[in-house]
Parts: sequence; C-alpha cells; structure tokens
Amino acid sequence: MTDTRDVKIRVRNLSKVFGNQPDKALTLRDQGMKRPEILEKTGQTLGLSSVDFDVMEGELLVIMGLSGSGKSTLIRCLNRLIEPTEGEIIIDGQDVAKLDDKSLLQCRRKHFSMVFQNFALFPHRTVQQNAEFGLEVRGENKEVCFQRGRDALKQVGLDGWEDAYPSQLSGGMQQRVGLARALANDSTVLLMDEAFSALDPLIRKDMQQELLALQHKMKKTTIFITHDLDEALSIGDRIILLKDGEVVQIGSPESILTHPANDYVARFVEGVDMSRILTAQSAMTDVRATARDDDGPRTALRKMGENGLNSLFVVRRDRTLLGIVTAEDAERAVRENLTDLTELIHSDCCKISPEEPLHNLFTLFAGHNHPLAVVDEQSRLMGVVVKGSVLAELAEAGEANA
Amino acid sequence: MSESTGFTIPKIELGDWIESGLDYLTNNYSSITRGISKFTETGIGVLNDSLMWLPEWAMIAMVALLCWRLSGTRLAIGAVLGLGLIWNLDLWDPMIESLTLVVIATLVAVVIALPLGILAALSDRFYKVIMPTLDFMQTMPAFVYLIPAIPFFGIGSVSAIFATVIFSMPPAIRFTTLGIRQVPNDLIEAADAFGATRSQKLFKLQLPLSLPTVMAGINQTIMLALSMVVIAAMIGADGLGNEVWKAIQRLRPGDGFEAGIAVVILAMLLDRLTQTFSKEKKPRS
Repeated sequence: MTDTRDVKIRVRNLSKVFGNQPDKALTLRDQGMKRPEILEKTGQTLGLSSVDFDVMEGELLVIMGLSGSGKSTLIRCLNRLIEPTEGEIIIDGQDVAKLDDKSLLQCRRKHFSMVFQNFALFPHRTVQQNAEFGLEVRGENKEVCFQRGRDALKQVGLDGWEDAYPSQLSGGMQQRVGLARALANDSTVLLMDEAFSALDPLIRKDMQQELLALQHKMKKTTIFITHDLDEALSIGDRIILLKDGEVVQIGSPESILTHPANDYVARFVEGVDMSRILTAQSAMTDVRATARDDDGPRTALRKMGENGLNSLFVVRRDRTLLGIVTAEDAERAVRENLTDLTELIHSDCCKISPEEPLHNLFTLFAGHNHPLAVVDEQSRLMGVVVKGSVLAELAEAGEANA
Repeated sequence: MSESTGFTIPKIELGDWIESGLDYLTNNYSSITRGISKFTETGIGVLNDSLMWLPEWAMIAMVALLCWRLSGTRLAIGAVLGLGLIWNLDLWDPMIESLTLVVIATLVAVVIALPLGILAALSDRFYKVIMPTLDFMQTMPAFVYLIPAIPFFGIGSVSAIFATVIFSMPPAIRFTTLGIRQVPNDLIEAADAFGATRSQKLFKLQLPLSLPTVMAGINQTIMLALSMVVIAAMIGADGLGNEVWKAIQRLRPGDGFEAGIAVVILAMLLDRLTQTFSKEKKPRS
C-alpha cells in the first residue's frame, strides 16, 4: 500500500525522561539498557524512548498500548502539555519542541485540539459555552464563537442542548460536548486521549462509528489513543503499537494482525476475531473469465466450460457488472436457440465492496454456490470471492497468530 | 541560682526591639497613618449616618426582604424577630455602629486578601512565605494588635478597624488559595491544550470555579471581624462591644448579656446571609 498523502506531523527521536537527571538516563539508554534497569540505577523513569513516526494528512492514526506504555505521554508531548526531553516534532515545517511560550500558545490554538478521557468539561459553563472555549481563547468575536460553537454541537448531534450544563448530561453526551469543543476550534489536528474509554460498550460503539463518519467527511488528521485492541482495529487507518515507551510496530490493522512484528504483538492480537477485521479484499481472487453483454449464450457456455465454472459474471465493456449467468440457463438458451444473453442475466447477484469484513460474507454464501462479486464504487468488477478462499484466508491468519 | 554561679544568659530584648521598630514607624510614617485615619473616619461617619438615617422599622423590613430573597421565609422571620429584639432593648445604635465597623473592615480585608490569595495559589514561592505569616497573624492573641494600633491611628474606631483587618484577613487569603488550587488538574490541562494564557485560565476557569470557596472564606472573615470589633471596644471603638465594656466596668451582668445577645443575633444574620453566596449554584434543570 503506497501512501501518497503528505506528512502532517513528523516525529523523530522523541524521548521523555521523568525525573531530575534526564541526561544520565538517556546515556544509559544509549548503552542499551531498558526501562526497569534505568529506573533501578538512576531513579529516572524512561517514559518514551526514541520514538519515530509520521502522521499523514487526513488519516486516523491510532496509538495503542497497555497502561504504562507511554501512549498518554506521547500524545501530550505532541502539544507539549508534557515537555519532551529530546527529539523533534515537526508540524507544517515548525518544530514544536523548540517553540517559545508565546509561539507555543499560537501553535496549540492553530494546530491542536484535544478530547480527554474524563471529558474535562468546564462545569460552570453551558454546553454552548464549552463548545466556544477554544475560539474564545483564540480571541474570535462573539458571533463567530456562537455560530461555530453551534455548528459543532449540531455535528455531534447535540442541537437543543446548548443551554444545559455538563452535569445534566449522560457520559456519552458529555463526550460529544468534548468532541464538539475540539471540532469548533477547527484545528488542523485532533488529539483524542482514550476519548471513549470511560463510556459503556454500546455507547462506545456508537461513538466510534460516528467518529469514523465525521472523520470520513471532514478528513481531519486525528491521533487516537487507546488501550483497547478492538477499538484500535476497528477505527484505525494505521496503528502504532507502543510498549514500555518504545514503538513495537507501525502498520495497518490487517498487517498487524497478519504479520505481527514480534512475539509481543502476536500474543497481543491473539484471540482477535479475524473474520471481523479481515476484509473481502484479502480473500479476493482475480476473475478467470467474464461474459460480455454482447456475447451469446453459446460463447458464455464455452467460457464456463474452458474454466470449469458453473456460472459467469456478465460485464459491460467498461467492466460494469450487470449480473450473473448460470450454466443451466445458458444450456437451456442454447437448446431453445435464444441468442440474447442479457435475458438470462440474474442482476440480483451478490455484490460486495472490498472493505466488507469477511464475517459478513458467510450469510451471503448461504443457499447457493456462486462466487461473490467484489465491485468498486462505480460498480465495476474487481474480483471474486469464493467460499473456499474465505476459509483459507482465516485459517492462514489464525496460523500467523498462533 | 544564677547569682551564685555568676553565669547568666542575658535575656533577648525582643520586646525592646519590637518597640523601637514600632516607634520608628510611628515617628516617620505618622503623617501617612494620620491621613488614613482621617479618611477612614470620614468613611465610617458616612456609612454610619446613612444606616442610621433610615428608621428602624424600614431597616428591619429591608433586611427581612433581603433574607427572604436570598434564603427563604425562615431566615426572614428570624431577622424580623432578632432585629426587633435589638430595637426593643435599645441597642439599635450600637448595633449599627458595630455593623459599620464590620462592613468596612471586611471590605478592606477582602480587597487585600483576594490578590494575595490568588498570588499564593499561582506561585509556590509566595505560598511558602505567606502561609507561616498567616499562622502568625491568626495565633497571635487578638488583643496584642490593639496596642500598636493606638500610636498609629489614635484611640477610636480606626485603630479598631486596623486590628480587625489584620485579625480577620487570613481566612479570606487561605480560602482563595485553596479554592484556586482545588480546581481539578484535568480542567487546567484542557484549558492549556486549547492554548489559554495564564490570565485566561485565571478568569475563565480558576476564579469562577473557586467562587464558592472564596465566599466561604469571606464568610469566615466577617465572623472574625465581628468578634474583633467587639474586643476593640477596649481601645475606644463604638458599638455593641462598648456596651459590654461599660457593663463590665459597672458590674451590671444584665446589661452585658443584653449586648452579648445582640452580638449573637448580628453574627447569625451576617453568617446565614453570606452563607447563601458560598453554596454552590445548582444548575437549573
């Protein structure tokens, strides 16, 4: 998968030492010591160690790790709520780590808005006033604050609640306010620190879906922190896996599942229901033969025979899928001397998109033996999925994990 | 004993030093303190006159209305009964004089205390300096402040206010500091994340959220001020304390208790009224 998008944030050699002798700790780190030894020798905690990664424009990047892995430290180093000990954080050509206090304020106002695990809403402000906070701090005039605050609330489905106070809202709604407060700012990067971890599972699923929809619509560069693998896999374009302050693996959800970088990752992803993560694309095979809409039944039958198929997809010249023709129908047409193939086409054949999780395919296979057609957004045939290849793909992924 | 050994540890002349220090201040800055004295006396006079200009019944009605609006019927009835009793006991004028002293002393104390409290909340270094100072101010017996007040401001109400301000200021400072430091860290972090400056954090977040605590501190200040204003009768302050003082000198316990009960009534009214401000504002639902 080649990424042609621009790099939005470039993080290089980012380290954070908690304690009063950071240099000592970094020296030991350079000598190859790990976090526990450094803590024992110097009393310094190595929060992050030489972290490198890029954040692409418009992507949803998930940083995932267990507690103590340094993920919260990492996200706070980006906008310097925590001062990094060493390293570079380049956003739009500007190194955040080197900014003076004044430029840092400007940078936070322009580039970063943040959503917090425990919402961190201002209890003395109404929902509307909470949403306006970032704009107000930036010095926008009253009408702009009001309008954008209101728009942001509408986006997260909170219109009508403007005058309520946060304490009157449920957890899920409170976090919507948190999200609206971040969106209203229209910063270039959205930082979400375990934003959904405090919500109960159903609300959480809803919020994930809504975030995906919003993100899809707005193409906002988003960095999402979580300790929950399922959450990471279901929303992340890419995932960075952290352990003890170090990056263990960076990659798409699929590549992390199917090609874990080491035993740690493998153990981590054990027990994930692959059929929900792997998509039709991974089980897709090339189409061996298709019929054109101007072919006759005889030609279609011959193509099926040559390729050992009992059905054939019919496409137009531009590969737009019209439907499927079965061998039985084609034989009948030949016997009855019909020449028009289009009359035989079953246009209600199963079409799926390449992003469809394998999990959803099983029911589509039920009741017949025809392959499923994978089509792109213009309904052009990309490939086919047969039942056997789905099972094979799942078995293979399971093996890589074991 | 010390004579027999011929070995004495000389007494540290702490008292002498403090006196010469106070003398120095009196000699060199008396023009300033006298000026303050004149100014304050005028203030006391004006406030006193305007409070006494109102007829008693009108004043009682106004206070009752205020109590009813801020708190409820119970406090309003209490106010009418209590103030009515004071009127009946012929202690109305001394009560107004005490109230004037309390109001002015509290105003001065709060005006000084709020900035100091904010500063102590924001600066750890200042916090470390002011906290022992406050301990000193609060534990020093209140009478002691009366003595230096006289050379500075002369006998009378201004000295009383000076001593009262020093004695009653600490809780307002402490509670302001506490209130600001109590603002949850995650809220401060959120404000930081959106690029709020120090003053934006202070005015948009820390002060509004600490308001109930600050008000509780001011309530304490008012209570302390009232108790000190009574004691200050010893240096010639007017008011209910003076009535108590006269009763002591004439050995008339009945008069003393009458004035004492008037102080209790005034204290309770002031306390209940200011408490309504320190209760957290419940969001309307």
